[in-house]
Amino acid sequence: MYDLPTLENNVTTETLKFTARDVHVYYGESEAIKGVDVDILDNTVTAFIGPSGCGKSTFLRCLNRMNDTIPICRVTGDIRLDGQDIYDRSIDPVQLRAKVGMVFQKPNPFPKSIYDNVAYGPRIHGLANTRADLDVIVEKSLRRAALWNEVKDRLDTPGTGLSGGQQQRLCIARAVATQPEVLLMDEPCSALDPIATAQVEELIDELRQDYSVVIVTHSMQQAARVSQKTAFFHLGHLVEFGETSHIFTNPSDERTESYITGRIG
Amino acid sequence: MSNQHIASAFDRDLETIQARIMKMGGLVERAISDAARSLETRDEELAEEVRGRDKAIDILEEEINEEAARVIALRAPTAGDLRLVLSVIKISANLERIGDYAKNMAKRTSILAQMSPVSGSPAALRRMAREVEAMLKDVLDAYIQRDVNLAYEVIQRDQDVDQMYNAIFREFLTFMMEDPRKITACMHLHFIAKNTERMGDHVTSIAEQVIYLVSGEMPEEPRPKGDETSTDSSIAPTS
Repeated sequence: MYDLPTLENNVTTETLKFTARDVHVYYGESEAIKGVDVDILDNTVTAFIGPSGCGKSTFLRCLNRMNDTIPICRVTGDIRLDGQDIYDRSIDPVQLRAKVGMVFQKPNPFPKSIYDNVAYGPRIHGLANTRADLDVIVEKSLRRAALWNEVKDRLDTPGTGLSGGQQQRLCIARAVATQPEVLLMDEPCSALDPIATAQVEELIDELRQDYSVVIVTHSMQQAARVSQKTAFFHLGHLVEFGETSHIFTNPSDERTESYITGRIG
Repeated sequence: MSNQHIASAFDRDLETIQARIMKMGGLVERAISDAARSLETRDEELAEEVRGRDKAIDILEEEINEEAARVIALRAPTAGDLRLVLSVIKISANLERIGDYAKNMAKRTSILAQMSPVSGSPAALRRMAREVEAMLKDVLDAYIQRDVNLAYEVIQRDQDVDQMYNAIFREFLTFMMEDPRKITACMHLHFIAKNTERMGDHVTSIAEQVIYLVSGEMPEEPRPKGDETSTDSSIAPTS
């Protein structure tokens, strides 16, 4: 009986990608993240869930130093990517963001052609020497984002002319074009219809083979569907972090249970 | 933790399903009690009534399954809500089966009423049925009060039912060896005893569901086994 297949969605690795210890984030005087410790695994989809204002997006943005762009924002604590402190002086945030890609809530393609949207990152990071190299990267990235077949005949048309779901997949292609190691997604499906959502979720599951994916989502069901690990944030604290299947069948903390079962927490 | 869902219709759905389980539990308790009484008092009319009432139990089980499927489809329950829905599906199946056994007891009562009585045995069977009925009542209380300790206690008490069954089994063997004319009646009575013992197992199964519902884990200790008749050859006739 041991040769029967098991249910999917298990964590398959123990390799750590990010380790965060005692992370605090302040916006001016107010403390948005109050001491978070979390380990993010490679080749795993980690979902951050929690009510609005709980700090999950703020924490996500710490992971590629997007909070640096907000003047009043201050981050303390220790965040390491592959053992290296990402807030170290020697780290160039632009290089970091090439390694830690991000996809946002609303699809935000550049007002350029589909081709240039994907080619932009590799060009500025000098990943391609020739036009032929660039062509390869663009095709590979669009295939990775499950968009190639839909756009291969109109690569020179504007990216903004695509449908919402296609635009979001274009943004994912753009993010994977720089060959990142981690993909951060901040509610990537909230502006998409159910079909496009399903396509993006299928894509996230495939991306897990090569990347560590961290996704912030308001849809509990989406977290349950796509992730192997789930972190529940509440009022700036990381309340519970564990295997998704455990969080959704038998959470340890009452606040987690209240939130995921749709009770007033 | 507040017990109210933000979507109050969800609360109403779960309450509706649980009310059905309690209704079903009440009908099954009464079926056991009446079937055992009809056996002891050789009351064919009451036995007939028990058989007729089983339909209502079956219908409730179907309704519970339909409602549980509906809640899963529409509300995607998680955590405690999910365990509640899973447990009602299983508990209703256990109750339905207990109801079937009670109905079978009533059926055999109608046949036994045509035969000469086997002294003493219906009273022993009724004691056994009364114990199972009490266990069922307690497990339904444990369910509604989310009382894990009471559920564990019910699981332990199933051993008593098993012991009663062992005793009755031996008694019937003796009766049959003494007087072969009693074999037909004793066979029917034995099936009743065995079915009552099985009712106890289904009650145990419900108790395990209560433990799963509350704690999220199945009980760690294996359930105690007290039925020796299937493993001990010394209690079978040797000559």
